[in-house]
Amino acid sequence: MIEIDALSKRFGKISALSEVSFRARDGRITGLLGPNGAGKSTCLRVLSTVLRPSKGTARLGGIDVVAEPLAVRGIIGTLPHGAGLYPHLTAVQNIRYFGQLCGVDRPTLSGRIDRLVQQLDLGDIANRKAKGFSQGERTKVALARALVHEPPHLLLDEPTSGLDVMAVRQLRRRLRELAGEGRCILISSHVMQEISALADDLVIIAQGRIAARGTPSELAARYGNRDLEEIFVSAVGGES
Amino acid sequence: MISAILTVCRKEILDNSRDRRTVLTAILLGPLLGPIILVMVINLTVSQARSSAERAIHVPIVGADHADNLVAFLASRGIRASQRHGLTSIDEAMNAVRNGDREAVVFIDASFGDELASGTRAHVGLVYDVSDSASSRRAGRIRGAVNAYSQQIGALRLLARGLDPSVVRPLVIDNFDVSTADERSSLLLGMLTYFLLFATLMGGIYLATDTTAGERERKSLEPLLATPVPRSSLLLGKMAATVVFMLLSLALTLACFMVALRFMPFEQLGMSTSFGPGTALFAFLVLTPFAPLGAALLTAVASFTKSYKEAQSYLGFVILVPTLPLIVASIMNVRPSLALMAVPSLSQHLLITNLIRGEPIEPLMLALSVASTLLLGALLAYAAIRLYERERILG
Repeated sequence: MIEIDALSKRFGKISALSEVSFRARDGRITGLLGPNGAGKSTCLRVLSTVLRPSKGTARLGGIDVVAEPLAVRGIIGTLPHGAGLYPHLTAVQNIRYFGQLCGVDRPTLSGRIDRLVQQLDLGDIANRKAKGFSQGERTKVALARALVHEPPHLLLDEPTSGLDVMAVRQLRRRLRELAGEGRCILISSHVMQEISALADDLVIIAQGRIAARGTPSELAARYGNRDLEEIFVSAVGGES
Repeated sequence: MISAILTVCRKEILDNSRDRRTVLTAILLGPLLGPIILVMVINLTVSQARSSAERAIHVPIVGADHADNLVAFLASRGIRASQRHGLTSIDEAMNAVRNGDREAVVFIDASFGDELASGTRAHVGLVYDVSDSASSRRAGRIRGAVNAYSQQIGALRLLARGLDPSVVRPLVIDNFDVSTADERSSLLLGMLTYFLLFATLMGGIYLATDTTAGERERKSLEPLLATPVPRSSLLLGKMAATVVFMLLSLALTLACFMVALRFMPFEQLGMSTSFGPGTALFAFLVLTPFAPLGAALLTAVASFTKSYKEAQSYLGFVILVPTLPLIVASIMNVRPSLALMAVPSLSQHLLITNLIRGEPIEPLMLALSVASTLLLGALLAYAAIRLYERERILG
């Protein structure tokens, strides 16, 4: 469960987030949707405790990000934008490093890595250096890295950007399974179609503020439209 | 916390040992550069010393036929008359030296034999160029030999008249050179600590950049910062890996110096070197506290910068900072004192120089050097952690 209440974040004079509040429930995929620069990444970074909020609170599993950042980091898996891997390490070494940092003990860790390699279909690249990986391969390894300590919360920043159709479908299936296991998944995107196929709940964010939120069908009812893309455009006040 | 530091340290060592550029500078360039430069400088010194002392030189002697005995005496001093020099007059000789065709020419007049036989003063012309150091050095050697010959003849003449030759030489200078062979070599080996400090820093420069600015640019910093490990532990692990590479670079540099100095002709320079495994080990131990200081300095600067390129250009200057006290010290010619032991890099330089001179090391000085270096290192590490904990580290 992710609970965000009146969260604001300023960088000097620029207000990146103002008074943002929403919930992301366990066992569901919550989509954070908004145009570029809307504050999606800033919101995820506050939740992963990499940035401190200027005002307001954010709690994951009931733990406050400001009061106990280390405890929060123990129950989240993050896939930041760009999915940076260590190019000189193999896929398995990249995953294992994060498992060790998360305090997973050695026997458990190797079992989990084997399972992740299988689940995410990483067999071919498991022992290759990350240097030559395609964007899709990098994303899969980064996802495995985020899952290695089996966190109840997943924060994914634009996970499908740069992936081909097959890779996107595979990723969607995997995320569905993860939500089915009871995890709370928060996923950001600026692509409407992406989210409509995946999210149980939607939070539309524009210029650092919540523009609309609800399930896709609720939003469709409220805005009197069927098409989510239309809702998105009218909610963020674009295309005038 | 310790295990997290070790995890980060191990990963950075593995990661960077696979980076060709890091390995090239830390393991190859740093350790080889110093010894190669030192060997070149020493060889140059040796060859210059030889040319002015022992090596036989060939000098054109115009009118050599007029002074067979003098020519034979000069030859016994390693100054040989060159054949077929083609010079016939003093003007030609002066032109040849002026043009640089000859370094020095000896000119003997046809009347030399008669003058010598009649007991009047015989003249020997010496043509040289004082503005040319090689010519000047050669002329000095010829002048010394001719003077020696002159004194020998004068002494014989006095003896023939029943006088003691010392009558005309009432004063004699006795030379006492108090420098020991070890001290003479320490002049040259003063450069050694400079190279050792430089190689130690070179060993860490890529790691310090790669683990901070490099990690941010590869976008792996954000997931790393989201792991349940305090940032201070992450950075301490990174600095520990940098220290490992720096010490590796230092150890290799010392090994290279040990091999290189073994083949140097120090005895010909009147020097002795005692740069064996024992000295190398002591130098390693004295310099060990400098590695964490250097790693903290490099990491602090790299954490402060906004990009990999910026970090590199700053670090190029930063590695010169620890060598500044050495330059000041060599200009001022300072001797070790307790106060100077509080200055990192200078204290290591003075201690190692002392060791090479063969002088004893005071335990108190050593302790002070270690303590002051580690203290400054800890302060810089704290500064680096504070810089790393800023939000702006993400860029």
